[in-house]
Amino acid sequence: MITEQQITDVIYSVIDQMNELRDQNLIDKGLQTPLIGQRSQLDSVDLVNLLLGVEEQLEDEFDISFVVANEKALSLKNSPFRTVKTLTDYLTDSINQ
Amino acid sequence: MMILPISKKVILITGSSRGIGRAMAEHFLQQDYQVLGCSRSPTSLSSDNYQHFCLDISDEAAVKKMFSTIRKQFGRLDVLINNAGIAAMNHALLTPMSTVKNVYQTNVFSAFLFCREAAKLMRKHQSGRIVNLSTVAVAYDLEGEAIYASSKAAVESLTKILAKEFADFNVTVNALGPTPVETALIKNVPAEKIKQLIDRQSIKRLGTFADINHLVEFFIDEKSDFITGQVVYLGGA
Ligand SMILES: NC(=O)c1ccc[n+]([C@@H]2O[C@H](COP(=O)([O-])OP(=O)(O)OC[C@H]3O[C@@H](n4cnc5c(N)ncnc54)[C@H](OP(=O)(O)O)[C@@H]3O)[C@@H](O)[C@H]2O)c1
Repeated sequence: MITEQQITDVIYSVIDQMNELRDQNLIDKGLQTPLIGQRSQLDSVDLVNLLLGVEEQLEDEFDISFVVANEKALSLKNSPFRTVKTLTDYLTDSINQ
Repeated sequence: MMILPISKKVILITGSSRGIGRAMAEHFLQQDYQVLGCSRSPTSLSSDNYQHFCLDISDEAAVKKMFSTIRKQFGRLDVLINNAGIAAMNHALLTPMSTVKNVYQTNVFSAFLFCREAAKLMRKHQSGRIVNLSTVAVAYDLEGEAIYASSKAAVESLTKILAKEFADFNVTVNALGPTPVETALIKNVPAEKIKQLIDRQSIKRLGTFADINHLVEFFIDEKSDFITGQVVYLGGA
């Protein structure tokens, strides 16, 4: 069982790594941080880097092989990639299923 | 977990147990690369700088596991050569659907899977080179090769589109289309048919492993960082 907190921590740690490479427009670390849409500080490449970073860190920390952008995620009516919170909820559900 | 990348460049060649892939593996071993290869059957190739993965390239779980091992063991991937492929040469009316599925699975789906997983790794270092194997059969629209040639046409299309999508990560994607080269792949093609094919080329001879290695070297050269989305046919197809 991987907890919501553990997953949020993984996402935050990936955001930290991404911010290290940015001079400006740092990504906020908050549950409500938007990941897509006009209000998001992430462009499409940033989103790819975030999701793949999360995928990799989940694999390293919990020894699970999981494709974050899988068919289920992409077909949901409300994208699970809207905010840090929705991503956390989605990952917690899918991984513990 | 900190993974320290090794200093040698790492090249992954699919279908390295025989034929063109084997020749490439031997070539890059002589050039101070860490060479990784894969095929369903084991290989007789052995070197301190070579590591073989026995897997079916269409098995997503096995492929993901291999990439995870590469990441943990070497911390980097500089070059991917999508070489493994199978051919089907038959009149369309005599081609079973199982052959169609098999050829597409190996030549198209697996090539995509490897491009995707490789680019994930290359993304981290903001550099990488991918070379896909096509064939002159695409340029010639060869009769009797509807499935094989169309599968490679798909590979060419993938090459051009992935070149655009991966450009953000400084990963180039190119394809090379060999003329006939003497390997197991074409051993059942009648000599007369090979001769007819060669007669269509600008330069009328069989291709060699050296011809292919030369073009691969060009594509993966550090200085080729502005060359992407291209398909080059040998022999002037
Ligand atoms: N030879 C030619 O004249 C020619 C011309 C134009 C293009 N090409 C292209 O060049 C590439 C290499 O051809 P080749 O002539 O070297 O062929 P080959 O001698 O038949 O070798 C094919 C290699 O791919 C591996 N392979 C095939 N299916 C696989 C699978 N499902 N999973 C893992 N490995 C697999 C084989 O190993 P296992 O069987 O052990 O898995 C072998 O190592 C192909 O993409 C081909 O289309 C060749």
